[in-house]
Amino acid sequence: MIDFGFSISKSSHINMDNVDLKLFNRLESLNPDIKTCMSCGLCTATCTAGNFTDVSFRQIILMLQRGKEKEALQKVKKCMMCGKCMLVCSRGINTRNILLSITRIYNEEQSL
Amino acid sequence: MRPVFDPFVLPFVLGTTFVLLYCFIGMIRIIWQLPKEDRRKFGRSLITPKTLWKNIKDLFGDCLFHVKIWKRKPILGYMHSSIAFGWFMIIVVGHFESVTFSPLKGAELTPLQDLASTLYLPIFFRFFAIEELSLKAQIYSFLMDFFLLMIISGIVIAVVKKKRPKQVGMKRVTKFGIREDLVRIALWTIFPLRFLAESSVAGFAGGSFLTKFLGFELLFGGNYNETLSMVFWWLYSIDLAIFMFVLPFTRYMHIPAEALLILLRNAGLKTTEPRKGYALAEIYSCPSCGLCIDVCPMSSTGDNYKKTAVYFMRNVRKKKRREVKKMTEICLMCGKCIEVCPLGIDSLNIKIAQRNKIYYKMKSDFSYLEGQQTTDNRQQKDSQVFRFSDSQIQNDSKTVYFAGCMSHLTPKITRSMVKIFEEAKENYEFLDANGSICCGRPMMLTGKIKEAKALIDKNTELIKNSGAKRLVLSCPICYKVFKEEYKLDGIEILHHTQYINELIENDRISLDRSDKHYVYHDPCELGRAFGIYDEPRNIIDNIGLLTPPKSDRDMAVCCGGSIGSLTMTLEERDEITSNSIKDLMHNNPEEIVTACPLCQKTFARKSPIKVKDIAEIVVENIE
Amino acid sequence: MKERNILIIGGGPAGMETAHQLKQLGLHPIIIERNDKLGGHLAQWDRLFPSSDDAEELLEKLKEQVEGIEVKLNTRVVNIERQGQTFHVTLSNNKTLDIDAIILCTGFDLFKAEKKQEYGYGIYNNVITNAELEKYFKTHQDERINDPKRIGFVHCVGSRDVKVNNTYCSKVCCATALKQACEIKDEFPEADVYCFYMDLRMFGKGYEDLYLKAQKDFDIKCVRGRVCEVSENMEGKLVIKAEDTLLGTPMKMTLDLLVLMCGMEKADGVERLQAMLNLNSSSDGFIENSNPFTEMNCTKEKGVFVVGSCTSPKTLPDTLSEARSAAMEVFNYLNDNGQQTTDNSL
Repeated sequence: MIDFGFSISKSSHINMDNVDLKLFNRLESLNPDIKTCMSCGLCTATCTAGNFTDVSFRQIILMLQRGKEKEALQKVKKCMMCGKCMLVCSRGINTRNILLSITRIYNEEQSL
Repeated sequence: MRPVFDPFVLPFVLGTTFVLLYCFIGMIRIIWQLPKEDRRKFGRSLITPKTLWKNIKDLFGDCLFHVKIWKRKPILGYMHSSIAFGWFMIIVVGHFESVTFSPLKGAELTPLQDLASTLYLPIFFRFFAIEELSLKAQIYSFLMDFFLLMIISGIVIAVVKKKRPKQVGMKRVTKFGIREDLVRIALWTIFPLRFLAESSVAGFAGGSFLTKFLGFELLFGGNYNETLSMVFWWLYSIDLAIFMFVLPFTRYMHIPAEALLILLRNAGLKTTEPRKGYALAEIYSCPSCGLCIDVCPMSSTGDNYKKTAVYFMRNVRKKKRREVKKMTEICLMCGKCIEVCPLGIDSLNIKIAQRNKIYYKMKSDFSYLEGQQTTDNRQQKDSQVFRFSDSQIQNDSKTVYFAGCMSHLTPKITRSMVKIFEEAKENYEFLDANGSICCGRPMMLTGKIKEAKALIDKNTELIKNSGAKRLVLSCPICYKVFKEEYKLDGIEILHHTQYINELIENDRISLDRSDKHYVYHDPCELGRAFGIYDEPRNIIDNIGLLTPPKSDRDMAVCCGGSIGSLTMTLEERDEITSNSIKDLMHNNPEEIVTACPLCQKTFARKSPIKVKDIAEIVVENIE
Repeated sequence: MKERNILIIGGGPAGMETAHQLKQLGLHPIIIERNDKLGGHLAQWDRLFPSSDDAEELLEKLKEQVEGIEVKLNTRVVNIERQGQTFHVTLSNNKTLDIDAIILCTGFDLFKAEKKQEYGYGIYNNVITNAELEKYFKTHQDERINDPKRIGFVHCVGSRDVKVNNTYCSKVCCATALKQACEIKDEFPEADVYCFYMDLRMFGKGYEDLYLKAQKDFDIKCVRGRVCEVSENMEGKLVIKAEDTLLGTPMKMTLDLLVLMCGMEKADGVERLQAMLNLNSSSDGFIENSNPFTEMNCTKEKGVFVVGSCTSPKTLPDTLSEARSAAMEVFNYLNDNGQQTTDNSL
């Protein structure tokens, strides 16, 4: 590759070749309903905490799948656990428990 | 005169000494583990006359008679009382008897012998006694025989319960392992062996209708066989010893533990740690009676009956981490098990403490809530920033309405409440018309008490700033945490069932009465949690006809939608919902009425008839 | 050969077209319809996607075709008893017919929008359904539609939603929404029209053109995100909440009119017919056919056939071509039967 001698910032591309999905696969095997998300956005739209800040269950799951774990966990921490997303989810995903699973699985390994 | 000692008493003496020591150490350990504040509270309660009286009342009522079982299932109540109370009386009367008619009268005893003999003498009194014909002696032997018969009758029921649970009104009974089976057989055989042993010597030691006439005269034909008699006494003593040695490691630990639990409970203590102090007293107090199995909503969904409270308590005791985690997470937290538990053991608090252990690692971050005061002017500029309602909060508004997260998905409830406020000409403010901060109860249910407190504090601040005098809530989930955890001094907290009922009683709204048949579903966090049973029923009485479901009030079945459960799948929830609806449809109502947005939404998915909130039917029937 | 009676239950497009084809084949179809007129949902509709054809024109054509065919309006089936190859059918007018084959053309019901309480149908004045909008296009009478400035369409109401027990796609709502969006824009050129969709399923001939037309000519704005809550503000306007999932941000919007695209559900009363005829439902609740490729008009009961949206959501062209194939299927079945009876008599 040609070195142009300057690089302002890291590429914003996601390089899936460098993404380690070990933890996500574990999360998915414990909560197989994650797979059924169709990204309709109901969880994000209804989110109580979403009134104030950038929590989004749908995005958290996508971010974890694309290796953006830090950003995802920052969002998880803002959840109030009210359960509205679980109540509205049109695929019946147990969103609340998945968020709790994330706090467990990603902490055991990462100690963030 | 017969000898004062016989080697056969040794197994019993050893067993009893062991069990007494074990329990004493256990008790010290539990009290030691209590938080300092709780320990002090406990100490104080023991010298407060009011709690003292309650302690005595409860020790008799709950340990010996198990009044709560009598209320639910009289036959099981009899079974338990006859064994517990009968045994207690045999020990008490036996002591009196052994003191009054000591066969050792005049005999010189060393202090150690004396101490030892007080332990075994009342138990094996007949072996050492010589028949006396005085009326007093006859009364004593009659009483002893009477209580022995009482215990044996209880054991017969226990055998029936084990073999054919349906005969005593139970669908499922707890399943046990080998150790528990062994101790049960030991317990069941103690009293028949006592009967045989006492009968064998009744010819000269005396006895009454059971041991002397039925036992000695009829069973043994009036003959005394020394070898056979000694075999019975040895077996009786060994059996007792087996029971005592195994007791601390089995469910029968509940016998000593529940006495301590009652004292701790009456001192007002609660579980804070999942396996220490109060929780430990509860864990040991669970008698594994299994009354909680049939009432648990989960028992209707496949294998989930194996995750009910009794199995949970057992697995906590055995420290089976994997099982405990599973059972901790699936529970709906409806509280029915506490309601039927003869000791009122609150396994839900243990589960919450357990959940705390599972999820405590990741701390929540609610810094985004800071600086969002309702009076802050910045809010006007930034639409992203939170404001409670469209209009400025009026300081003179007395009643504040807080609908809660879930009620925003049931606009029928919020609209109805607004109409009711207007109809009653209430000076009200719809506090969270534009959304709000979660009440904290759902967070609490995940075990994250600290994070829940952060939400509670924020809400407290917002509500206090609103200048409210009364707070009306639509969601029982909010109601529970507002009542239990919020410190809103001076602000009266009401669920809308209470508020509407008050409006009716004060003639502030008038309703038309029709002959429509309604069935009312008691939401767990309104009914069982706070006993709000009569207010909603009174409202419905003013609107139409109340049809009873199969089980209601404290036995109402959870709708299945509870956010108490973390892991339950939608399919399992659906099954519970359908079962609950079947229960409600028992007397063919025309509409189902409830008072919780979550129950309403959950039922509406599966119900063949309309499901409405109580506020809705009130608005439909305003004159 | 004696005249063969075929009972067609349901007088919508499926029933009418099937009857017409059967008559062409020399058989004797009888249509029974529980309402007081033929046409089913088609009779309620104004124009048809993708190219806004007149619904009435199609209806008139179908009606012309069934002229001379026995039609019993305001009639229901009370009881069916099967004796060998013959069905003894008792109708609500107490008459009994001897029938050689039964064709279910029972169609669908529109999802009852009030079941989705968070959308506020029946609570807020300005929330209407697709059927009500269509009626407005026909009659121009609906006081709720009063020069709206901002209009929203919610796709998938009662479809693809386990929370209302309907997990399937209703197939026609995407195209209907864009058609109606264009039409209302045509009516109120000043209005902003938004469609809230999850996926735009533009699969048929001319559908993608409709999409393009909606974007280019009618300036319809499509937002990818499902509406989660509707409320009313102080001025009585609707406030909706959704996520713009492509941007990843929750959004709020004030609207004057919200149209719910109610999907298809199993028709009311079909359960009863299924019980009489011993027919199964598939997991989506609709009637199960024998094979989706080779026997889509057949059921597990010989002599009982199905046409149209009683087996799954279908477009009109789907339904009409199924009607034709069903006629062929019935014709063959009766021929085989006739063969058998003559064989036996020999």
